[in-house]
Amino acid sequence: MVKQSDIKFDVAIIGSGPAGLSAAGRAAELGMSHVLLEKTDHLSDTIFCYQKGKHIMATPDALVLRSEFEFEAGSREDILDRWNSKAESINVSLNAEVIEIKGKKENFIIKTKAGDTIEARHVILGIGTQGNPNTMRCPGGDKAHIQYSLDDPDAYFDEDIIVIGAGDAGIENALGLIRRPELENRVIIMNRRAEFSRAKDANVKALMSAAADGRMTIMTESETQEVYDKQADVSTKDGIRTVAADRIIARLGSAPPRKFIESCGVEFASTDRLAYPTLSPKFETSVPGLYVIGALAGYPLIKHCMNQGYDVIENINGNTDLKPADEPLLIHLFRALPNPEAVSEWLEFLRTKIKIFNGLTPLQMREFMLDSKVHVFDPKKMVFRRNDVGDSLFCIAEGAVAVRIDPNDLSKTITIPEGEIFGEAGLISGRRRNASIFAETRSILVEVPRNAARKLLATVPAVQASVDRTATERLLLAILGQGLQKEDLSEIMETATLETIQANEYLIEEDAEDADVFIIRVGSMVVEKEVAGNNVFLAYVPAGAYVGEMAMLEDGRRTASVKAAVKSEVIRLKGEAFKTLLAAKPKLRASVIEKFADRRALNSYIEANKDSFGGVADMFTARANFLMKQGLGEATDALLIDEKLCIGCDNCEVACAESHDGISRLNREAGTTFDHLHVPTSCRHCEHPHCMSDCPPNAIRRAPDGEVFIDDSCIGCGNCERYCPYGVIQMARPAPSKPSLFSWIAMGAGPGPGQPPKAWIKKKAKGKAPSGPKQAVKCDMCKGITGGAACVRACPTGAAIRVSPEEFLDASRSKVR
Amino acid sequence: MAQAKHSSFLTYRGGRWAKFALVFSVICIGLYFAFDFEPVRNGGSWYGYTLGTIGALLILWLAWLGVRKRRYNPGNWSLKAWTSAHVYLGLSLLVIGTLHTGLQFGWNVHTLAYALMVLVILSGMFGVYFYITVPRRMSDNRAEASQVEMLDELENVSRLLRETSLSLQDADTQRILDMLAKTTLKSGVMTRLRDSHVRCPNARALKDFKVAVRTIEGDVQRGMFDVISVLERRDSLLGRIRRHQRYRALLELWLWIHIPATITLIALLIVHIIAVFYYQ
Repeated sequence: MVKQSDIKFDVAIIGSGPAGLSAAGRAAELGMSHVLLEKTDHLSDTIFCYQKGKHIMATPDALVLRSEFEFEAGSREDILDRWNSKAESINVSLNAEVIEIKGKKENFIIKTKAGDTIEARHVILGIGTQGNPNTMRCPGGDKAHIQYSLDDPDAYFDEDIIVIGAGDAGIENALGLIRRPELENRVIIMNRRAEFSRAKDANVKALMSAAADGRMTIMTESETQEVYDKQADVSTKDGIRTVAADRIIARLGSAPPRKFIESCGVEFASTDRLAYPTLSPKFETSVPGLYVIGALAGYPLIKHCMNQGYDVIENINGNTDLKPADEPLLIHLFRALPNPEAVSEWLEFLRTKIKIFNGLTPLQMREFMLDSKVHVFDPKKMVFRRNDVGDSLFCIAEGAVAVRIDPNDLSKTITIPEGEIFGEAGLISGRRRNASIFAETRSILVEVPRNAARKLLATVPAVQASVDRTATERLLLAILGQGLQKEDLSEIMETATLETIQANEYLIEEDAEDADVFIIRVGSMVVEKEVAGNNVFLAYVPAGAYVGEMAMLEDGRRTASVKAAVKSEVIRLKGEAFKTLLAAKPKLRASVIEKFADRRALNSYIEANKDSFGGVADMFTARANFLMKQGLGEATDALLIDEKLCIGCDNCEVACAESHDGISRLNREAGTTFDHLHVPTSCRHCEHPHCMSDCPPNAIRRAPDGEVFIDDSCIGCGNCERYCPYGVIQMARPAPSKPSLFSWIAMGAGPGPGQPPKAWIKKKAKGKAPSGPKQAVKCDMCKGITGGAACVRACPTGAAIRVSPEEFLDASRSKVR
Repeated sequence: MAQAKHSSFLTYRGGRWAKFALVFSVICIGLYFAFDFEPVRNGGSWYGYTLGTIGALLILWLAWLGVRKRRYNPGNWSLKAWTSAHVYLGLSLLVIGTLHTGLQFGWNVHTLAYALMVLVILSGMFGVYFYITVPRRMSDNRAEASQVEMLDELENVSRLLRETSLSLQDADTQRILDMLAKTTLKSGVMTRLRDSHVRCPNARALKDFKVAVRTIEGDVQRGMFDVISVLERRDSLLGRIRRHQRYRALLELWLWIHIPATITLIALLIVHIIAVFYYQ
């Protein structure tokens, strides 16, 4: 080893991860004097700390590797062995923890904990972020059985373990813990969101199949509320649950070790805790000669990091014209633009022009753009049409687009200007396009696929906030209507906050004196009123409507309570601000008052008849509560069967099978019943479908009329079947075709109408194995079939009905009156 | 969505078909008495032919329900509307058919056809009666359990009974095992209707054991009490399944008359028409 304190190195590299190693390797190759400083007693600590035997992937596949060190997908041990043997050609100093970097280009002075001083002309920081994990913040988050890493998953036996985190680290830990079933660990993986969008596909698939086999439990949309010694309270879609927990492994990601880096004089992109240092496209920080690469630069993928190490050394060595390895991919991406070779200029152009990209570092921008597309639209050219399939997000880098707000009057449009986004509704619900949009002037648009956009939202909090704001604004404009413009909302938008309400949590309490108005963005609410000590169910309010306007308009107390039927998201608007808006817009005021007349009439009716209310209202309330429990709270259209009329002929099932490839999507007899009202096992077309939350090919969509359906691109992974809490999705192949109805009636040929029995299908196959995977099938509400739902049309007695909850659960329309 | 309106086949669109059938019947009766037919009122008069033609076409149309029910083609049809029309127009057929006869009956193929028509309509009336009364009782009886679930539960209770009975004395154990082998749930509409609870081997064993348990004591008695409680559970379950079967049978039984009689009626109708024109 070179004695370090007497010479000035060309470059000192701090951190021996993939980025640092690669940089040192290149420096050695070029004959530059260099030193690689590593805090621990081994190289590449982050990978060293991975679980034993972990398979490391080499994504993205399309990117070429530039490094003296080899790297391809393989086990942790293989990769470390290869790197360790290659590292013999570089100058490494182990156990050298850097505590201070002073000086500037050509004259850096680095101090280590051991008291050594090292001089270098350039410094490369590749220390990653793993040393600084995000911690749990709920009460009890400091308990001793919470850990932030997992070295050896085989070290635990017969434990209830919760793994928190939806990233690759969390998923891999959870999978590691169940790898040896004889250890009998019971593992729950918990994700704050509905989807595992930040993790690699392969990991998500492995996780899903483990959950399908019952080897572990997945809890989505769940968060720990409080941790106790042997258990934890967890909020879920259906309320708070207590879960056993001998051990909690929290893999919540990590943040840059900001304090140390700032002490070196380096500036950060923002004050956000998760923000990254500001870097030039050459990875140089605000301190000339000091470079940051790897995870600390915002790059989680090994291949990127290794390329950066190589590139930075080349740059320091004078090869300033070297283009990054992903350059050809980006040139291809920009091929529709003039001079696509000016990659970094275009990236900077997009980053500065498009508001939601402003907070990204040029490097994040680079990585992010690889998933996206760039389009140039001529004036009047359609970007997409209403009801088109598509859930990508569009960003306007230059030009402007126009939205047709009235499908019946094509001349009515509003303009979305440069820098804004559109198509964001798809990110929230995955619904079809709700309006047609065309380019108003020549426009440069960036199209971001749903998964990439969700990843962006998950990694950059500022983007999430900005998208939320835009979505809120547009939802307000859509709900309030009456020709309101964005400018009219500027004041009320200042008061708008987005809130999450757990199932059964009260949003408004009867008799309270607050006067805020709530817009339901996701989920649904039930309105209740206390009559003689009992809560009487008044109404059901679906997403896209508002509640709380009564108290605001009348300056009174709350006349009824409103609670969440399922986990919901609401936009809270300050009552005063809303009132000011109404005062300024008489047309809007009139429409709000008209809408609330119904509710007020119902309220006064109940007030007046409180004493004689008794039985009927109780019955209605009990029935409404039952239906809510059956998931009708999130339904948009459900099949109900009136058992007072059902003769059990199963013609509904037969009709369903006959209308859909011989497979019935409904089980009449199964399901629960209350007061002769039966909820069969059949799709409720949830407002926020659980099945849609993780469909790899995005095959589950919502049609313009609200039907949730699965298209032919289904790959048969079965995620939706597992996610559906109501058990209405099954995996099946289309049944073989049957002889005609006439030959069945006249000659008894074939099995007759309905889903054919398995034995008949087998006989028909004549010993041949069925071709192709099973696909997910579910009720599509007979989308595209004239006459609508076959189950209802084919019911001979009128027992089968399809209802939306607002029709069915509204006391004002029921027999209470 | 008109279909979402919650009404039964009897009250479909405010009883549109009931009103239609009633008005039509009243008009037919009125016309019947409004004219004088020479020499007597019979099917051979112009009015008789008119009613006969309407009646015959109506019978064919009513029978078409069997096909309509099994054709699940797209389109704005509703089987509920068809059932509603079927019921009320079928009832009006009683009026049309009777007027068509001119109340001339005899021992011939024509009167036989009439009698068969009445049989079909009467069986249909039973059908409607069962369709209105049985579903509610069936729903109460099955209490959210599906038929498959009830049978699964029976399997479980039977296994439990077999295990519990091992603690009894040999003869009693044998009795339970024999009984388990003998209890059957019969298929077939008539058997299901007749399948009596009193003659059920389970009920008889329960009765006998309840007597026997008073004559013994100690561990054996405790064992028998256990068996009795399982027998009781099984008894109520069997009762529920039998009731379920009976209700289902009631909903099907009338069809066993209605459908074959309809097919015979159509055949006779052809004979009737040919005969009328051949002998004229």
